[in-house]
Amino acid sequence: MSQLKTAVTGTQKTRRRRFFSARDKVTLGFFIGVPTFLHIALVWFPAIATIMLSFTYWTGIRLEDIQWAGLANYENIFFNSPIFWDALRVNTIWLLWFFVIATPLGVLLAYQIDRQIRGHQFYQSAYYLPVVLSLAVTGIIWNFLLRPDGFVNGLLGLPIAEAISFFGDDRYNIWVIMIMASWRHIGYIMLLYLAGLKAVDASLREAASIDGATEWQTFLKVILGAMRPVNIIILVITIIESLRAFDMVYIIYGSSGGLPILGVLVYNNIAGEGASMKGAAYAVILFLLSIVPIIAYLNQQFKEDNN
Amino acid sequence: MSSIVRDKKRAHAQQIKDRFISVFIGIFALVWLFPIVWTLWSSLRPYSEIRAGGVFSPPQELGLFNYTNAIDRMDLPRYFANTALITIPAVFLILLFGSLIAFVVTRYSFKFNVAMLLLFTAGNLLPAQLVFIPVFKMYLAVGDLVGDRRFLYDSPLGVILIHVAFQMGFATFVLSSYMKTIPKEISESAMIDGASVFTHFFKVMLPLLRPALASLAVLMTTWIYNDFFWALVLMATDNKRPITSALGRLQGEFVTDYNLLAAGAMIAAVPTLLVFFILRKQFVSGLTLGSTKG
Repeated sequence: MSQLKTAVTGTQKTRRRRFFSARDKVTLGFFIGVPTFLHIALVWFPAIATIMLSFTYWTGIRLEDIQWAGLANYENIFFNSPIFWDALRVNTIWLLWFFVIATPLGVLLAYQIDRQIRGHQFYQSAYYLPVVLSLAVTGIIWNFLLRPDGFVNGLLGLPIAEAISFFGDDRYNIWVIMIMASWRHIGYIMLLYLAGLKAVDASLREAASIDGATEWQTFLKVILGAMRPVNIIILVITIIESLRAFDMVYIIYGSSGGLPILGVLVYNNIAGEGASMKGAAYAVILFLLSIVPIIAYLNQQFKEDNN
Repeated sequence: MSSIVRDKKRAHAQQIKDRFISVFIGIFALVWLFPIVWTLWSSLRPYSEIRAGGVFSPPQELGLFNYTNAIDRMDLPRYFANTALITIPAVFLILLFGSLIAFVVTRYSFKFNVAMLLLFTAGNLLPAQLVFIPVFKMYLAVGDLVGDRRFLYDSPLGVILIHVAFQMGFATFVLSSYMKTIPKEISESAMIDGASVFTHFFKVMLPLLRPALASLAVLMTTWIYNDFFWALVLMATDNKRPITSALGRLQGEFVTDYNLLAAGAMIAAVPTLLVFFILRKQFVSGLTLGSTKG
C-alpha cells in the first residue's frame, strides 16, 4: 500500500499525520480494491475493448478468431446501412422535441409549482407519478390508449377496421412516441428543477419583484441565472435520454425496426443472432454522440471539488 | 399614490393570471393521470365485453378476476421472486461498495482522490451498449473456466454484478458529496482514540450515512427494478428474468386478452407505486442528491 500517503500540505501536516497498522493497510486495500476491481473489470475494460473490437471482425469467444477490419465496420454503417441514417433522424427529432418542448415544459411546471399556486401539491404528485414507473409498464399503459380498439380510436368513433394504427402509421408513430416519452421526461425534469429552485435564495426573487420585474422577467433574468448548475444537468439528461432511448420503443416494436432508433439498432447488432462487431461500431457511435454531454456533466460536478 | 394604485392593479392582474395558470396546469395534471386510471379501469373488466361493445360500453362485470388470472397464468410470483433475487443483493452491494470508496476517498488523503471519484462517476455515464459485447464474452469465458456456462451468463449473479459495477459509480459520487458534509473532526477523534480503519468505517461513519443510504436504496431499488436492458441481454431463459424484462414477452403472449395484460402491468407497477406513495421523500432526495449535490 505504498500509495497511501500522509498529507503533506503545510499546516495540516501534523494534524493529519497517520500511522497505519498492517491490519489497517490490508483493510484499506480491501475497501478500495474489491469495488475498484469490479468496476474496472465490468465497465472500463469492456468499454475500451468494445472501442478496439469495433475495428475488427469477431464472432465466437476465442481470441484467435479476431481479425483486423480497419474502418470496414464504420464504412458499412455509414455507406451501406440506410437504416442508420433513419435512426439518426428519429433520434435527432427526439432530441429536438425534448429540447424545445418537453424540457422547457418541465422547467416551467417546476417554476409554477414552486410559486405554490393553488393545488400545487396535487399537481406535483400527478406529474411525478410516471417517473417511478418502468418504461416497459409505460409502453403497455399507452398501448392501451392507442391500440385499434383502445381509448383514442374509440373517442374518434372509428371501428376496428378503420382504426388509426398509431404505432404502425409513419405519419403518427414518431409523435406518439414523443408524447409517451415526454409523459415521463417532463415529470423527471420538474422534480430535478424543483429541488434546485428550493435552493435559490428567496430574497433574490423578492428583490426582483420589488424592482418591478414581471414574473416572466424574474424567471428569465434571476432564476435561470441562479440555476446554472441545474440547467447544465438537465441539458445533459435531456441529451443522454434522447440519444439512448431503448426500453419503450423496444417494448412496443420489438427488434422489428418499426420505428428505427439508435438504441434498438445497437441492440439488434450486439445481441442475439445478428451479433457482430458492426454492433461494436454502432455502440461506439452512440458513445461518441453522447461524449460532449458526459464531459459537460463531469466538468460541472467536479468544478466545485477542485476549488 | 399613483404607484400604489399601479401596484395594486398589477397584483390583481397577477392573481388572475395565477388562477388561469393553476387551472391550466390542473387540467393537464388530470390528463397526466388519465392513462393510468384508464388502464386500471380496463383491468377491472373482461376483455370480451370490450370486444363485444367497444371501449365505452357500460361495464356489466367488474372485479379483480383479471388480477387473480394474471397472477396465475402469467406466473407472476416467479418473476417477482426473480426480481427480488437480483434487486436485493445488488442494492446491498451497491451501497456497501459505494460507501467504502466514498469513505476512503473523503477520509484518507490519497494522491489520486479526485481521479478515483472521476473514474467511478464517468463509468456510470457510459452507455450500457458500449460495454455489453465484452461483458457477454467474459461471462461465457468465466463460465467455461468454472465448468458451468450458466455461472454468470443467464444467471442472476451476472445481472447483479453488472448492476453493481455500473451503479456503484453513482452511489460513490452521491455518498462522497454527502460525506464531505460530515465534520472531519468526527473521523479525527475516532482515529485519535485508536480506532482501526474497520471500526472507523463500520462503527463511526456508516451510522452517520443512514439518511443518504436510505435515499440511495430507494432510488437504486427503483432503477434496478425498472431495468429492462440488462436482464434482457444477459438472460436467455425467460423464466429466470425479472418482472420488468418479462413484460415484453408477456405482452406478446397475452395480446389476445388485453385486459389481463393491463392487470399484469398494474401488478408489475405495484412496487414502484409503493415508492411513489410511501417513499417519495427518499426517492426524490436520492435523485436530487446526485444531480444537484444536495
